[in-house]
Amino acid sequence: MKAKAGKLSKTTKNDLITYGMVILTYIVVQILVSSGHVSSLIQGLLVPFCTYVIVAIALNLTVGILGELSLGHAGFMCVGAFASAVFSLAFKNTMPGGLRFFLALLIGAAAAAAVGFLVGIPVLRLRGDYLAIVTLAFGEIIKNIINALYLGVDSKGLHFTMKDALSLNMEEDGLMLIKGAQGVTGTPNDSNFTIGVVLILVTLFIVLNFIHSRTGRAVMSIRDNRIAAESVGINVTKYKLIAFTVSASLAGVAGVLYAHNLSTLNALPKNFGYNMSILILVFVVLGGIGNIRGSIIAAVLLTLLPEVLRGLSDYRMLIYAVVLIVMMIFNWSPNAVFFRKRLKQRLGIGGRKKEEA
Amino acid sequence: MKKKMLSLVLAGAMTAVLMTGCGSGNGSADSGSTADGAATETETTEAGETEAADGAADTENAESADDAQAAGGEGGTLKIGGIGPLTGSAAVYGIATMNGSQIAVDEINAAGGINGMTVELNFQDDECDAEKSVNAYNTLKDWGVQVIDGCVTSACSIAVADKTAQDNIFQLTPSGSAVDCVANPNSFRVCFSDPNQGAASAQYIGEHSLATKVAVIYDSSDVYSSGIYEKFAGEAANQSFEIVATGAFTADNKTDFSVQLQQAKDAGADLVFLPIYYNEAALILTQASSMGFDVKFFGCDGLDGILGVENFDATLAEGVMLLTPFAADATDDLTVSFVTTYNEKFGETPNQFAADGYDAIYTIKAAAEKANITADMSNEDICNALQTAMTEITVDGLTGAGITWDASGEPTKDPKAVVIKDGVYTAM
Repeated sequence: MKAKAGKLSKTTKNDLITYGMVILTYIVVQILVSSGHVSSLIQGLLVPFCTYVIVAIALNLTVGILGELSLGHAGFMCVGAFASAVFSLAFKNTMPGGLRFFLALLIGAAAAAAVGFLVGIPVLRLRGDYLAIVTLAFGEIIKNIINALYLGVDSKGLHFTMKDALSLNMEEDGLMLIKGAQGVTGTPNDSNFTIGVVLILVTLFIVLNFIHSRTGRAVMSIRDNRIAAESVGINVTKYKLIAFTVSASLAGVAGVLYAHNLSTLNALPKNFGYNMSILILVFVVLGGIGNIRGSIIAAVLLTLLPEVLRGLSDYRMLIYAVVLIVMMIFNWSPNAVFFRKRLKQRLGIGGRKKEEA
Repeated sequence: MKKKMLSLVLAGAMTAVLMTGCGSGNGSADSGSTADGAATETETTEAGETEAADGAADTENAESADDAQAAGGEGGTLKIGGIGPLTGSAAVYGIATMNGSQIAVDEINAAGGINGMTVELNFQDDECDAEKSVNAYNTLKDWGVQVIDGCVTSACSIAVADKTAQDNIFQLTPSGSAVDCVANPNSFRVCFSDPNQGAASAQYIGEHSLATKVAVIYDSSDVYSSGIYEKFAGEAANQSFEIVATGAFTADNKTDFSVQLQQAKDAGADLVFLPIYYNEAALILTQASSMGFDVKFFGCDGLDGILGVENFDATLAEGVMLLTPFAADATDDLTVSFVTTYNEKFGETPNQFAADGYDAIYTIKAAAEKANITADMSNEDICNALQTAMTEITVDGLTGAGITWDASGEPTKDPKAVVIKDGVYTAM
């Protein structure tokens, strides 16, 4: 706050480091890819990295900044993924790829935001852990609804049923968009690493600016002390709803990226279920609650880990778990935090030294 | 406190190192762990072949490459990559396919390989997740895969088919039954497609006048089950019977079927069609019997294995009819020797997934011999040559005699209908 003209404030500097980290990683990876130093495995993982980074940042907004627990971010991803996949499939041959993907992004984000808004209206008025409970149920409900949903389009228009594909009464040349449990098949492959990184930067831009805005400070004041915030006239529900809707819509963007990376999209417990919501939460917790840069690093590391451990075949799941525990202890155990501080001080690189002095 | 912390970190590091050491040691020595198929190799006779096969089971890329170089005969090595779920809820299918494929690979190597090439199989886990499946495929690509034997499940197959089409790598899925699995010209399958099974079941019931009123109980959350049901219902319109009741269930509530059974009973059904897997079918049979609902049951290949369900009274399955490409109790030489070998190596009776995996490898062999594939050909050449050869070959496999393919990738083979009589599958 005391920054003089010409000098960057501490937060701006911090944010620039985050942007810089993403851009630098992008440049390094692109150079490595073009010089043939990156294995196909990693190349295939680049888009999933972006997907999980975005959704981790989105959830960090809810968990870290808003201070509410959401266990249904995979559900918002799912909404974004299916809404955009249906759109892209329907306009697969009638629209140029770039424009179609841009619109798909907007549709995915809007759909997830709308659903997040609806979920938020009743729940965010309450105190306590209700958001966690409701979003947990929401994630499961969305998955089950999509598994029972049949949607098709032909010359007569849209057909929709919850029964089975036959009762759609489609014409012969009709196009099945969502085929119940078989999901969406044939989504155009529009995602790539560059788009993913651009989306990460946009997400960062939105989230970081949100945090430092007037609205963001209002949200954080609610997190820190609801009564005090109310007493200075902050509309608690409104600000909570804003933060939660932004978070849901960003999760929807991650879903769009996910859907357009694979040609098949099913709502399975594996990709959009409870476990995925928890995994996203693990990215956030391990990266540091409220620490956006940490979320990015944790999401990349934890997505990468099971894949690079493939060589160990079945042991990889075991090691993955051990690494999770070690990381958690290292990040959060009071002893470890103390140890890290001491280490930093001794090495003379402590960023906190100034504060302590 | 610092000391404590330090020791904790050190202990953690040691544990990690221990496990890593254990894992890679296992990989290079190939002595333990059935999970990566290593234990299957110990009985192979010729030393060179053993080594190559070891390399195949080995999941460590660098090491397997070394092995392959050491063992590669004059014809070099043909690298086949398998993809399927080896962990998670669908692991049973992936492991069976891997084991079946491994037996075929061992046999082929023992008999001198394909055109003098040693066959190497590297089977990667996809956890039955499309995204992980693509990762597994990319891992195989790094390993230098030349032919893909996968994926085991439909959704994964579709996701990977998209990538193999881009990279021009030949793909043969042993058991990916959804229609879109073979949508690309470079992808073929061994098993029946879902629609094929549904239509064949309806025709079979109609032509043999098995029933006039049919009830269907299916899993609406499962691609396989709902795929068969749709075509069955479509085809039923052309047949002499009518569908009087349809009961759906989902993966989340598959323990109580009394509602669906009561519905079928009230509608006066004289046959219940079960396009589902055997675990649920066993429950349905038990519950039908306890509510006194005496009716004929008809199923598809998913019912294969129902006699092996634990705590299931096999007499309840008497008279159950199923369309299946493979019955472990068949008496032809090929099946008998396969079942015996499988039993010896893995201590269980193979299911149809194992048979599909076995046939997939032999199909690749037949096509590769027809097309005169050599190990030093580029993936694109192999793919194009195999694509043409696939339409020209005829394979006598476990899952059918005289299997042929057309350019669409669908196999042509006769479904076998079997009925359970006196506790064994008997041909109808």
